[in-house]
Amino acid sequence: MTNKKGRIVRLGLTYLILIVASVIAIFPILQVFNISLRPADQFASTSLGLIPEGASFKAYYTILFEKDFLRWLINSLIVSLTTTLIGVTLASTAGYAFSRFRFPGRKAGMQMFLVSQMFPATMLLLPMFIMMRKLGLIDSFIGVIIAYVVTALPFCVWTMKGYYDTIPPDLEEAARIDGCGDIGVFTKVTLPLASPALAITGLFSFMTGWSEFMVARVIISSKDLFTLPLGLENLTGTFSTEWANYAAGSFLVCVPVVVLFVVLSKFLVGGLTLGGVKG
Amino acid sequence: MAAITAGASKTMRREYKLALLFVAPAMIIMLAVVLYPFLYNIYLSLTNMGLYTFRNPAIQDPIWKNYQDVLGQREMYSVLLKTVVWTGVNVFFHVAIGLFLAVLLNQPIKGRTLFRVLLILPWAMPQYISALTWRGMFNYEWGAVNHLLGFIGIEAIPWSTQPFWAFVAPLITNIWLGFPFMMIIALGGLQSIPKAVYESASVDGAGPIKSFFSITLPMLKPVLAPAIMLGTVWTFNNLNVIWLVSHGGEPSDKTHILVSYVYKAAFQYYRYGYAAAFSMVLFLILFGLVWMQSRAGKATEANW
Repeated sequence: MTNKKGRIVRLGLTYLILIVASVIAIFPILQVFNISLRPADQFASTSLGLIPEGASFKAYYTILFEKDFLRWLINSLIVSLTTTLIGVTLASTAGYAFSRFRFPGRKAGMQMFLVSQMFPATMLLLPMFIMMRKLGLIDSFIGVIIAYVVTALPFCVWTMKGYYDTIPPDLEEAARIDGCGDIGVFTKVTLPLASPALAITGLFSFMTGWSEFMVARVIISSKDLFTLPLGLENLTGTFSTEWANYAAGSFLVCVPVVVLFVVLSKFLVGGLTLGGVKG
Repeated sequence: MAAITAGASKTMRREYKLALLFVAPAMIIMLAVVLYPFLYNIYLSLTNMGLYTFRNPAIQDPIWKNYQDVLGQREMYSVLLKTVVWTGVNVFFHVAIGLFLAVLLNQPIKGRTLFRVLLILPWAMPQYISALTWRGMFNYEWGAVNHLLGFIGIEAIPWSTQPFWAFVAPLITNIWLGFPFMMIIALGGLQSIPKAVYESASVDGAGPIKSFFSITLPMLKPVLAPAIMLGTVWTFNNLNVIWLVSHGGEPSDKTHILVSYVYKAAFQYYRYGYAAAFSMVLFLILFGLVWMQSRAGKATEANW
């Protein structure tokens, strides 16, 4: 009897904690949504409700049709999707080599990926800027895409390598016996099996491109090439910050990544095996 | 005998070739975009490059002068201490909260998918947006945090004017940002622990708390250890959150961690040579920290 009671108390407590934690987790995004609906004179309101007084979608109209939001959106999509494509290709191949083959320089190569994560942003920004300027890549998408691929790559390679480690090589052997070539084994057998890790790698690369700000600011200067973060920053920098517009823009920026996360969240659990340091 | 070794070395050579083919594209781009700046940064750190000497920087005299400047100032050590506290507190709470929520979510309860999705949101939101949102929420007069504290009868906290609270604000923000990553990693690890292990433990009379510490934690270690290492590195170098939430180190540069301190030296005071030397020091400290961490991991686990 007491056992049953104890179980109910524990279940109640579990739900209580999960609900409180979830509220804290989603509160800031609700806050952004709330601000985006506020009329201009209500910016400094302390209202905590989801829908503010005098709510209107005016800011969304303004940002979509009177600002360059759509231009920034297209730019961000070009940058993020290219980063994703290159990032996934490079990480899926490099991770495969680290997982399946023993070759000289393997360990050093893997460690290089880890060590590169330890470089502070300040150490790479200035030399990267100077290098890009010499190569004529300043103020171009190619410059930022290269920078983003490199930012996302180490984590992606680790994730891919860790996941390949969990796929038994027997399957590849069987395909090889059936007459499949090395490349065929990789593309037809291993890669499809690794799709959860590919999804995560893709998500992570996409997010890097979608959310990055500091590098973009150093490399891109013409307004036509602004990505979403630069554009949004520009809104806060004007004479009187247009907070409602800024919030509306932020909310629109959040929606696609949040949807992606939700769709891919079942892959995240279990697909994220950071087996990089082991073996 | 000779034929066998020749055959073996032939397959080995073929394997090297294949490995090279797979690994080369990623390696080349990493070397070009990471190694070159790294070496260039070392050169910069020995020069007096600044706003007025951008085109014709000269090697410092003595050559290690920038390093002398960095290591010789007292402020650097208080910022270093702050950085260690920042990293330690952040990673501790990331792991503790993440692990705790993962254990709760690993039970067969209704709505766990919904909770999991909601709890992932801090990770999904672009960092600069959440950082700026939190900055607004920490506003003294109209921010949501003080408002909510008012409800439970706590006096408004001067989040932006008092150095201590101005440091706690980005700390809270970053804890909020980072726990979902650890939660997902831990959840993945928990699902790979066979149920039978717990059953036999409970037959042996182990309660839930005892089995957490004697089964769950040790079995999660291989999954958590690399995540903690990565988390340490990311937190140590997290420029975005501290910079955006404290508005570039306000009040009066009291809320810096090393990376934001260097960022300010480089991009607001244009002391490039000095900032390059500082970046090197920063990198070496972090490198040492991670090296010690991985040594500690090795010492306690033989098969690591």
